[in-house]
Amino acid sequence: MTISIDPQKTNNESLQPKGWLRYFSFSLDHKVIGIQYLVCGFLFYLIGGTLASAIRIELASPMSDFMPRDVYNQVLTLHGTIMIFLWIVPVVNGAFGNYLIPFYVGARDMAFPRLNAVAFWLIPPSGLMLVASYFVEGAAQAGWTAYPPLSITTPQSGQIIWILSVLLLGGSSIFGGINFIATIIKLRRPGLKLMQLPMYCWAMLGTSLLVVLSTPVLAGTLILLSFDIIANTGFFNPVLGGNVVVYQHLFWFYSHPAVYIMVLPAFGLVSEILPVHARKPLFGYTTMVFSIMGIVVLGLVVWAHHMFTSGTPPWMRLFFTIATAFIAVPTGIKFFNWVATLWGGKISINSAMLFSCGFIINFVFGGITGVALAQVPFDIHVHDTYFVVAHFHYIVYGGTVFIIFSSIYHWFPKVTGKMLNEKLGILHFIITFIGFNLCFAPQHWLGLNGMPRRVAEYDPQFQFVNQISSLGALLMAISTIPFLINVFLSARNGKDAGDNPWNALTPEWLTSSPPPVENWEGEAPLVEEPYGYGKEIS
Amino acid sequence: MLNKNFYLILIISLVFAISFWIGFNVNLLPAEASINAPIYDELFKILFIIGLIIFIGMTIAVIYSLFKFRKRNDQIGDGIALEGNLSLEIVWTIIPSIIVLLIGLYSYNIYDRMGGMKELNHNHEMMSSNTEKIWAGISQTSDNEIAINNLSIEVSAMQFAFLFNYPKGNFISGELHVPVDQKVSMKMESKDVIHAFWVPEFRIKQDIIPGQPTILNFTPTKVGKYPIICAELCGPYHGGMRASIIVEEESDYNEWFNKNKKPEVNL
Repeated sequence: MTISIDPQKTNNESLQPKGWLRYFSFSLDHKVIGIQYLVCGFLFYLIGGTLASAIRIELASPMSDFMPRDVYNQVLTLHGTIMIFLWIVPVVNGAFGNYLIPFYVGARDMAFPRLNAVAFWLIPPSGLMLVASYFVEGAAQAGWTAYPPLSITTPQSGQIIWILSVLLLGGSSIFGGINFIATIIKLRRPGLKLMQLPMYCWAMLGTSLLVVLSTPVLAGTLILLSFDIIANTGFFNPVLGGNVVVYQHLFWFYSHPAVYIMVLPAFGLVSEILPVHARKPLFGYTTMVFSIMGIVVLGLVVWAHHMFTSGTPPWMRLFFTIATAFIAVPTGIKFFNWVATLWGGKISINSAMLFSCGFIINFVFGGITGVALAQVPFDIHVHDTYFVVAHFHYIVYGGTVFIIFSSIYHWFPKVTGKMLNEKLGILHFIITFIGFNLCFAPQHWLGLNGMPRRVAEYDPQFQFVNQISSLGALLMAISTIPFLINVFLSARNGKDAGDNPWNALTPEWLTSSPPPVENWEGEAPLVEEPYGYGKEIS
Repeated sequence: MLNKNFYLILIISLVFAISFWIGFNVNLLPAEASINAPIYDELFKILFIIGLIIFIGMTIAVIYSLFKFRKRNDQIGDGIALEGNLSLEIVWTIIPSIIVLLIGLYSYNIYDRMGGMKELNHNHEMMSSNTEKIWAGISQTSDNEIAINNLSIEVSAMQFAFLFNYPKGNFISGELHVPVDQKVSMKMESKDVIHAFWVPEFRIKQDIIPGQPTILNFTPTKVGKYPIICAELCGPYHGGMRASIIVEEESDYNEWFNKNKKPEVNL
């Protein structure tokens, strides 16, 4: 049974607050929810970033001298958990997905607006709970992976709050995933074919499939872990006959697909941004769609590459090596297609374009180290070292976070009707790009030469390189300042953007900026060629 | 047209030349002190060069596009309406597939040379025919396995220390002493949480798991003192959980061994 919600009624002026107040309400408008996700995610990014700075301050000297050792472990656990579950996943999925998907399919809202609002409002309390657990008995300190038996033997309250918080966030993610699948499949405007959808829809379809298939496994695993902690069961506790390696399998069955949950939407967003600013159609639409689905399928069968040094039999190591390395093929196709999209265009070099190109360069680097890490003999030396830390920051920061910033520069005029300042934007890009590479490139060397990850103290021979890395982290922290100034100043006094400042062809630009509550004043437009640049001179 | 191709070939050759030069001249790895290390470094060099070629090539393509196809002030309108090119797509699907497959086969070969594909819990004959092979990081084994090796050591890890038990000498040491050029077989088990045994100069690592013994075999090739590092988060003092492995000449090792040896206790 489907219940159709009349937007005129649900968004009745007397029921839904207007102005700034609506962002603090249980709004059912997908655009409001999208902004709620984005702002909430960004606030947690600032918290996670502060924790990252604390880590880099501690590591500026080889001794453990900045904070107590157990606090350091809490900081690194919270940093990882916040950045993944409260910043990247909610923002690339929830924020941009909610804002854009209804426009792209020609709908006036998501398929389940109330579920959508519930999914968002699960995030602030679970995030606050997670941060507040520090003040109870100390936050969780077993890393974001929460491997037992360490997670069973560390102080219980922090670990239990961590589990509850991740369960709520996982629930929010599943609600969102179901909503996106339903919206993309069932709410398309009549006449709009699947193969005419903008690429971000395909990325979100693939991502949501991964969310729905793998997140429940994490939920089940964490519930078993919480039984081990509070009820003395023995699922993963070796003292009671449990098996710690089983936990790792179950955990990574979700947490490797989670990487694709974090990068596939970014692949979709960059596919929207590049054609607009290069004034060219997206190169190879069909292969892009198939490569997304290829990544989804392969992404589900590579999890054990996180466990090459655990107890895994040789055949399994081999299978996961080959499967992992083959993800490079569909991913590579996407990168070649993006460069081909730039080729022969009339490229506007602006903040959105620069962040997207920075993404391509950083992600290619992270992808190459990823293929190397997939090789068992290579991984055995660098597993659990700073090489791995560097690798995944190239993927999630150099990749996804660069695209989040690129998307903010691209869609800010849509949301506010004002342009962001380009000079501040380019300054933001330059500091971020230099700071990021300065911070993480040297960490590859640290890992290769003997610095393990998650340590508060290290061999003094690594001090100089760690200080370079900390300097990079300082630049990354500074880079937030021009961005924040830009956002606040431009939202107040920015140049008027008009409805479609980029002359883009995707459906969200074919309405006023900011858009009306019903998205379009009249009927939703039928956009058969969202990337039809260069076709007609008009 | 000829001119364009000439520049393209020139740039590609330059990218290859630079990548090979860096690959052969920049050393990013610590000293090589086990049989595993040179094999590992061979794989590293190959992956490093291939990676550099792809990375430098892609970076040049992006930066070139940004300069060459940037919108000039007097320009209006769009770029060319090029939506795809099937043969190009096929090329950049097949070539990476072949590269990835070759890397996979090559790393299989490397792994086999490291002794990784050998089943440790098989019978004696299979083992003795392969005793030169080294084994990095394998989980399951039977106890009689260890007996046929030259030097067998039992490692127990706990928060936040490694203990090395020499069953033949009936003593426990906090420092790992091993003779150079002899195969060492370690059976490792954790007393509490997961730890890992890592010697960067040997290029080997294996988790030490509670409730599930793991095996790690290696052959040191260079006399010296190297750090043993715990690589799995194990608690507040994880960063301080280190020990030393001392690789020494056989005579020095024997002297140390005899000094520490205790007579067997008859019960």
